[in-house]
Amino acid sequence: MQGIVDAFQPLYDLWLSFEAFMVGPASPGLLGYWIVIGLMMTGFYIVIAHDNLVKKIVGLNVFQVSVFLFYILMAKVSGGTAPILAEGISVYSNPLPHVLILTAIVVGVATTALGLALVVRIRNAYNTIEDDEILAVEEEEDR
Amino acid sequence: MLMMGAVGLAIARIRDLFAVSMLSGIFSLIGAAAYVVLDAVDVAFTEAAVGAGISTVLMLGTLALTTRKEKMGGGKSKSTAAFLVVAVTGAVLVYGTFDMPRYGDKIAAIHHHVVPRYIEKSGEEVGMPNIVTSVLASYRGYDTLGEVFVIFTAATGVLAILGRARRRREDEEADEGRSGTKEIAS
Repeated sequence: MQGIVDAFQPLYDLWLSFEAFMVGPASPGLLGYWIVIGLMMTGFYIVIAHDNLVKKIVGLNVFQVSVFLFYILMAKVSGGTAPILAEGISVYSNPLPHVLILTAIVVGVATTALGLALVVRIRNAYNTIEDDEILAVEEEEDR
Repeated sequence: MLMMGAVGLAIARIRDLFAVSMLSGIFSLIGAAAYVVLDAVDVAFTEAAVGAGISTVLMLGTLALTTRKEKMGGGKSKSTAAFLVVAVTGAVLVYGTFDMPRYGDKIAAIHHHVVPRYIEKSGEEVGMPNIVTSVLASYRGYDTLGEVFVIFTAATGVLAILGRARRRREDEEADEGRSGTKEIAS
């Protein structure tokens, strides 16, 4: 078990140096938020630029995870630990955003499932899952 | 988090939907690792189980029922317009972060409303060392009950959508079968 923990030590050191840089004097302490915004915009781009419906749902998921990450970033208190009560620890990270995001993750999966079910249904009705082809079929039917 | 950025870009570029759904699982898993280092352990294991596990399974199921390849499409003008919209939105959001409390700030407003009370009292009041669990199940129990209703509604919706489609297809197959035998008979 300890071997597994040790194997991740370099990664954790990498994270610690990133964190030190983020709160240090060289950056304004907002770098984490900016990376999250970058992720968010990647998801947004996938949603609006792609015609494939499954791809759009993946984009929504990417967007969702980055919003979650944003909340968790706000909940972090420097020097704090995970919000589990223990002897000798007085500084905890904020548990409230964690609760909200737990709920949001589960609701997110429920909406993903519903969206994918609709995709399957659309495929049965139109025999395609590309947005533009569905529009073409609809125009054909209107004529 | 930079790794998540790389995976996100890969998702945007790759057109094989099987690879995309696998990458979205990886994306969730790296997200879970990020939650661990940010002290949100409960969120991390929910994300790893639900985001990286169930979502990927759902995605693969959908691909099995539909198609694996994304068609080449969308003109260059469309992706340029999309990129412009995304860049403007991102710039506005970055501008918005300048008013945010700094990362790890102890005196940020969100750490000083009800949270100190939860941290001090939840151990005695609920009797659970994990504050996230006691807030979720006790202080915000109704919220969690509502969440269960949401999942139930979604499950009902999925069954209503897919169940009907399958029944219709079976009907069509039965019809075809019947007309087929009729042709043979005539």
